[in-house]
Amino acid sequence: MSSTFDAVANIIAETCDIPRETIKPESHAINDLGIDSLDFLDVAFAIDKAFGIKMPLEQWTQEVNEGKATTEQYFVMKNLCAHIDGLVAAKGA
Amino acid sequence: MRFEYFQLIDRIVDLDLGNRTIRTQASVPIASTIFEGHFPGFPLMPGVLLLESMAQASGWLIIGVTGFSRMPFLAAFNQAKLRAFVKPGDTLEVAAAVNHEGSGFARTKAEIRHDGKLVCNAEITFRVVEFPNQEFRQHMEKAAAALAFPMQQLAQGRVDHD
Repeated sequence: MSSTFDAVANIIAETCDIPRETIKPESHAINDLGIDSLDFLDVAFAIDKAFGIKMPLEQWTQEVNEGKATTEQYFVMKNLCAHIDGLVAAKGA
Repeated sequence: MRFEYFQLIDRIVDLDLGNRTIRTQASVPIASTIFEGHFPGFPLMPGVLLLESMAQASGWLIIGVTGFSRMPFLAAFNQAKLRAFVKPGDTLEVAAAVNHEGSGFARTKAEIRHDGKLVCNAEITFRVVEFPNQEFRQHMEKAAAALAFPMQQLAQGRVDHD
């Protein structure tokens, strides 16, 4: 997770012009880092490309909207990175 | 181009779903009120309309890639560069390629050439969502037909108009 976190944090810092040191595993990408939906498209693009995956953002959004999940489950950095690790592992399986 | 309807693409020349590319043609009108203001005595195709032309070509490509099931809405331009003047009467080749198809979004690389010379290019991001309503989809299907969009051949994966 550590290397994933570093990679994702670097992407967010560069893409959204957020100081790298403010991005922590406990940071909520939306509530704490202030990443809006348009900036998150750039972040998602960079993450997809960097990890060779397709983050299921529509599915996550639908689950949140339907009350089946919380934004924390997907958008707190450590949780986001865990999902990314899972997608990478699934790709290689 | 029909400025008054904001329809900047005239014809789809080639839609290659396998390689996820599109080539289109767009002819700049000889006369338009736009040129009276942009600029008096020196008429130029506005850069924002060149960007919009690339967005429209990209949009038709994404509609093709998604099998006419989803609608792309312009979200962002990245690295947009206007490299040369475009004048009334110029015939342009507007081309695009899908750079990435994400979940609910897509990014293309697009360019416009005049007489083979690159006049502008950009990376363009779209939100890609279900058609808001059936009426809108039907309107887009009608617009597609007018552009020679190869609706009936989408399933074959590659389409050429020679």
